[in-house]
Amino acid sequence: MAQKKIRVLLAKPDLDGHDRGAKVVALALRDAGMEITYTGLHNSIDQIVNAAIQEDVDVIGLSIMTGAHLSIAKTLLHRLKRESVDDMCVIIGGVIPKQDIPKLEALGIDGVFPGGAQFDEIAASIKKMIAERGE
Amino acid sequence: MGVAKYIKNQKDAIEEVIYQSGIKVKPSYGPDDLKEVGFDYEKDLADPGQYPFTRSIHPQGYRSRAWTTRQYTGFGTPAETNARFKMMIAHGQNGLNVAFDLPTQMGLDSDDPKAKGEVGRVGMAVDSLQDFEIAFKDIPFDRIGAGLTINANATVMLAMYQAVAKKYGYPKEKISATPQNDILKEMIGRGAWIFPVEHGVRLVGDSIEYAIKELPRCNPVSLCGYHIRESGATPAQEIGYSFEIARAYIENVVARGLKPDDFVGRFSFNFNVYGNLWEQVAKFRAARKLWAKMLKEEYGVTEPKKLFLRGLFGGGGSGLTKAQPENNIIRSSYYALAAALGGAQTTALCSFDEAFTIPTPRAALLSLRTLEILMDEVGLRDTVDPLAGSYFIETLTKQMEAKIRDEMQKIKDLGGMINAVSTGAIQSEIANQAYTFEKGMQNNELIKVGVNKYAEEDEPEVELHEYNETWAKDQIASVQEVRRTRNNRDVVRCLKKLEQVTRDGQNVMPCLVECCDAYATVGEMTGVFREVFGEWREPNIF
Repeated sequence: MAQKKIRVLLAKPDLDGHDRGAKVVALALRDAGMEITYTGLHNSIDQIVNAAIQEDVDVIGLSIMTGAHLSIAKTLLHRLKRESVDDMCVIIGGVIPKQDIPKLEALGIDGVFPGGAQFDEIAASIKKMIAERGE
Repeated sequence: MGVAKYIKNQKDAIEEVIYQSGIKVKPSYGPDDLKEVGFDYEKDLADPGQYPFTRSIHPQGYRSRAWTTRQYTGFGTPAETNARFKMMIAHGQNGLNVAFDLPTQMGLDSDDPKAKGEVGRVGMAVDSLQDFEIAFKDIPFDRIGAGLTINANATVMLAMYQAVAKKYGYPKEKISATPQNDILKEMIGRGAWIFPVEHGVRLVGDSIEYAIKELPRCNPVSLCGYHIRESGATPAQEIGYSFEIARAYIENVVARGLKPDDFVGRFSFNFNVYGNLWEQVAKFRAARKLWAKMLKEEYGVTEPKKLFLRGLFGGGGSGLTKAQPENNIIRSSYYALAAALGGAQTTALCSFDEAFTIPTPRAALLSLRTLEILMDEVGLRDTVDPLAGSYFIETLTKQMEAKIRDEMQKIKDLGGMINAVSTGAIQSEIANQAYTFEKGMQNNELIKVGVNKYAEEDEPEVELHEYNETWAKDQIASVQEVRRTRNNRDVVRCLKKLEQVTRDGQNVMPCLVECCDAYATVGEMTGVFREVFGEWREPNIF
């Protein structure tokens, strides 16, 4: 039986328009067999959460370059909770200083992949976290 | 990043070299190579300062004038930025390149809920003329020109620059501003767009038309291949796409009844330098020639000065790494060398800590010193176009020219640049390039020192610029105070007029200057455009 494809929503929150990383990761995850939706630029957290619910995705991936990752992560997780969404994984990529990775994880982010992270590693991590969620 | 592919044999000897633009490089070059590419001195080069300006736009290059240094600068409030401007000028910088925060670039006031967390973060916050008064205090407008790195609402900032210059007693004929103002490039990469394509291009056209008549020393548009390359394009695409974008703007202005001859001489360019040294140098030489030929042969421009490709060739941020960040100082030095060998009129470098965040004063100063050392110490001013006549460089320049032409043709085949952007065809092409490149890095086909070769486990800490939350509070208080104390009847009247002018399709610039004079805010002025134009919806490329 064919396995169900993992569905990923990639999003660029707020005002930043540097989307090279988001687009490249979208192509890599597509090649790794996942189904990708990319929100495009200038999305509010509400728009991202609505799109994720509408598309019924397994993973939300945020690409953040501006240094605002901690506050964005908090807001997004809060919104998901309010919508009673507890089966989606959230991952973050972009310009993320090393010291902030444990902070993001403590907030409840499932994976942090700063610029330069290997595609194989991102895809493998997603597959693993989805498998663990399913158990 | 690493940009040339090197195929090696088992003994580590290089068997094949392929540049990012797809050119294969031979182990050695001689007179036969020049014959093969049809090289002709008069036709392909001519003397420096002579058409087609491949060698230089000036007969003596940097002997007559060293390059202008313009480090990208701005953060926090206008007061913070003014202090940094003055520091850089005191250390020898002779131009400004203003960095605006994202709310300003997106036409939002600092107290707009959508601006939260971003006020003063990646650039200076600007809400009203009062902020420009503070930012440009004691800056000699007649001596120091300002690049304004803003696009979607560049018209607003150009108007504000004229307004602040007047306030400080400089007539508009004397001021030199270069708003980036390249909206099609924002739609291809970087992403600070607001309005739909046709309205975005109309605003670019408005500022060109206005500047030609009213601001004779301003360069109303800086065609910015830089960000196209940062998004993943090859060097040949960077240039080819910029020229096709220029064509879209030319056509917009020509449709208003102006002749190319009236305005193309005020176009300027902003190109990227990173990666392979030779490919960059050949790229700049080929670009100068192709631009001059395009204007002369296709648009009938004859006056030599109007055929000049004048450019800021700046060190590319994409080339820098977070790993072993001090290596970026060395990388950027070579990028600056390539810019000098390519004949840049103006230059700037990303600072070594910019893979993390905006630069500390020490890092910014190091970039400036790098540029000064090239001009003052190691002999880059000695003679113009020193690589001319090299069998390799001349062959490569001819090959780059052909590659750039191919890229231009592809855009024409897509129905022109406006169409290519509207359908997402070009964004898709660049995303695929970026992906191929990244895979090359991850497979170690492309080498990046400190990342996929000679990597180290433990990295030393670097001192970084820190964002100060009080900047946003101060800025919000300041814009609210401006709204309380200005003459709001004047503001309402100006904004109403702006709306009418915008709807009627008249040039928005004169009215924007009035709005700025009345202390209308960036959010209010851009808000009028949002109301009339609506917002762009990106084509889906996945």
